[in-house]
Amino acid sequence: MKIAIASGKGGTGKTTVAVNLASYLAETRPVVLVDLDVEEPNSGLFLGAEATDGRDTFKMIPAWESTTCSHCGQCQEVCNFHAIIALPDQVMIFPELCHSCYACSELCPTSSLPMQPVKMGRMSWLSAGNLSFVESRLDIGQEQAVPLIKQTLAFVDERHAAVPIRIYDCPPGTSCPVIEATREADFVVLVTEPTPFGLNDLKLAVETMRHLDKKFGVVVNRQGLGDDRVEAYCAAEGIPLLARIPNDRRIAESYARGQRIYEHFPVVRRQLAAIMDAIKEAAS
Amino acid sequence: MKIALTAQGPHWDSAMDPRFGRTPYILIYDEDTDELTAIDNRAVDNEAHGAGPLTARKLLDAAPQVLITGNGPGGNAAAVVATAEIAIYVGAGNMTAKEAYAAYKDGKLEKM
Repeated sequence: MKIAIASGKGGTGKTTVAVNLASYLAETRPVVLVDLDVEEPNSGLFLGAEATDGRDTFKMIPAWESTTCSHCGQCQEVCNFHAIIALPDQVMIFPELCHSCYACSELCPTSSLPMQPVKMGRMSWLSAGNLSFVESRLDIGQEQAVPLIKQTLAFVDERHAAVPIRIYDCPPGTSCPVIEATREADFVVLVTEPTPFGLNDLKLAVETMRHLDKKFGVVVNRQGLGDDRVEAYCAAEGIPLLARIPNDRRIAESYARGQRIYEHFPVVRRQLAAIMDAIKEAAS
Repeated sequence: MKIALTAQGPHWDSAMDPRFGRTPYILIYDEDTDELTAIDNRAVDNEAHGAGPLTARKLLDAAPQVLITGNGPGGNAAAVVATAEIAIYVGAGNMTAKEAYAAYKDGKLEKM
């Protein structure tokens, strides 16, 4: 089962839920935790060990062969992302805009745009007992998270095919990286906080998940912080409220020390159990 | 000399657009013929990414010698514009096109 931990708003507690849920489940069975928030991966901070094994990741970008180019301009015409501009005497390529679709390269009548690998980031992994961990980190200056998320998921498919439970720590927001990270999930946990910001962005995330036809539920983190409008919204929309994690300074302190909070707060452990019960029920 | 201006509308009285890549219009003023033409760039609204290079490509087709704008082109657009010899003047974001041209003529705009 693939469980994606997402949110509209950033900083609501995706990583807290992802790390604790994965670690909790790993007490009794093999689990893979995958940090897909490739622009800012931080799940690894809570594992107590560094993911030292890894490899660089690459995306394919066209390179211009000036000697054979006939300057027909077709490459610019076929590029949906304006990543390639054909000037009268040269072709300019903008790697950070390129989506590696190969259209310019395949359609070039003189084959003057061969695709070449360009480093975009690094993937790392480690395994400790039942818990396996994979994270990817986009290089500074790279603008596109989707290709790296895609490669990371393919890597997990290959390396951890036999592991029954996967937890994806997703990027925040509702744009392409989130779509890619939740695409194959069997269930999406939307973590929010009971504030006007939390509610506003939760609504966007709910809309996105409905559009993707995903099964999903909500976890309210820092319960007691704001008001009860998130709960009222979920009730009115018929969205299952999976769990509530209390707003408690001691929990924040524990988190800030890099601890897995469920190991220190039985209330959190009970909420994790409630999340899993609700997911199993929803998925069956 | 041909002067390009980034503007929110197609006329001299139109407000300038401080943005380069996402400007709705590029005005081209030909000083020799005293003719003002407008390139409609509104379709750029549909582009999630790559507005800069796209608008720069359009600018190059018009082949001006001078560009008057607000903030100045961003990195990608600037790279495209730099392939042609176009003098870029910035700081005209809060004027009308007419005022921006006058400010350029008076040497009041900063050259990039």
